[in-house]
Amino acid sequence: MTEANWPLFEVFIRSRGGMSHRHVGSLHAVDAEMALQNARDVYTRRGEGLSIWVVPSGAIKASDPGDKDMLFEPANSKIYRHPTFYEVPEDVGNM
Amino acid sequence: MYTQGLNTHETQGTSPVDTEREARFQARIDADEKIEPNDWMPAAYRRTLVRQISQHAHSEIVGMLPEGNWITRAPTLRRKAALLAKVQDEGGHGLYLYAAAETLDVTREELVEQLLTGKAKYSSIFNYPTLTWADIGAIGWLVDGAAIMNQIPLCRCSFGPYARAMIRICKEESFHQRQGYEIISTLARGTPEQKAMAQDALDRWWWPSLMMFGPSDKESQHSDTSMRWKIKRFSNDDLRQKFIDATVPQGHALGLVFPDAQLKWNEETKNFDFGPIDWEEFRQVVSGNGPCSRDRMRTRRKAHAEGAWVREAALAHAAKRRSRDAAAKLAAE
Repeated sequence: MTEANWPLFEVFIRSRGGMSHRHVGSLHAVDAEMALQNARDVYTRRGEGLSIWVVPSGAIKASDPGDKDMLFEPANSKIYRHPTFYEVPEDVGNM
Repeated sequence: MYTQGLNTHETQGTSPVDTEREARFQARIDADEKIEPNDWMPAAYRRTLVRQISQHAHSEIVGMLPEGNWITRAPTLRRKAALLAKVQDEGGHGLYLYAAAETLDVTREELVEQLLTGKAKYSSIFNYPTLTWADIGAIGWLVDGAAIMNQIPLCRCSFGPYARAMIRICKEESFHQRQGYEIISTLARGTPEQKAMAQDALDRWWWPSLMMFGPSDKESQHSDTSMRWKIKRFSNDDLRQKFIDATVPQGHALGLVFPDAQLKWNEETKNFDFGPIDWEEFRQVVSGNGPCSRDRMRTRRKAHAEGAWVREAALAHAAKRRSRDAAAKLAAE
């Protein structure tokens, strides 16, 4: 008999209070509950986290690497979005 | 644990070669950019990685067997807890690596199938038996020591998911090596019988540990491509020499003798010279004729087959819960 495959989940962990959840890897589980339990065993054996999110991998919509230039290139020319673009007289001090 | 680059013949892909894209891909690698799963990559790069990462994962999983053999017989509770944690880590390492391989469009089931049918290889070192408690020390000190030597450069591998998995693994491996060395030092400083056990373990594990770095550079055929793709950063022989230079003083500090009459410090090269490696033994072990090869495969196949009902039951339970939740939701509306 061919076994059905277990779905894939992506795992996100908050390492310390005040930090955002960060992607740490993925794992297989039959449902979200089991994914949480497995994530705890696989990814937090040494106090790596205070909170875990699991997300079905298929639920993530990712940008296409081929669209990288179209999406992100326009920001490169807009240097006036950065504070260093503006001049502040020296005698005014830090701003 | 590490993969030795066992299938050194790279089969040629049938897909047409796209020279322009390959040139752009190589330029990204040369600029030290990381390649991510959705990026374009040559078919051979993908194949090489799937093979290397999955063999690495298989090695972690099979590597649980020789050590698991001693969990119930560890001499103290402290040693037992540590060994249990170490074997659990190896299982975790296997999972990080399978997950990294799966980002290359291959399923976990296919990979496990390749291990169980013997199509995929795993590290030769796990086909040796763990006869005494001292072998658990030798595995941590020598086998994990050799693995760390191999794995640290992999943290900078060009394929992002593999590099990230290796960073986690390397952090955890250093505990493994230290617990092994502590076991060996305790024995080496114990009664004459205990010291003899430590020496016996070193005698049996030294040469197989050196073989873990894979064939000599003169024989390894696809090293050049892996180097160009920055999957591999150092040659087998360079890593082996580095391991010997680091490990020999650690053994001498315990009054242990390495089973190599030609092992000698070379003041000129600032390296240890060492005797010839028995590559025939290596070939035999890699091709499934190691002392425990058949036993390891039998154990893995049995575990997989006997776990089938658990995997099926978990899926059925999840499906039942989903349909109950859906029915309850419907009733509430």
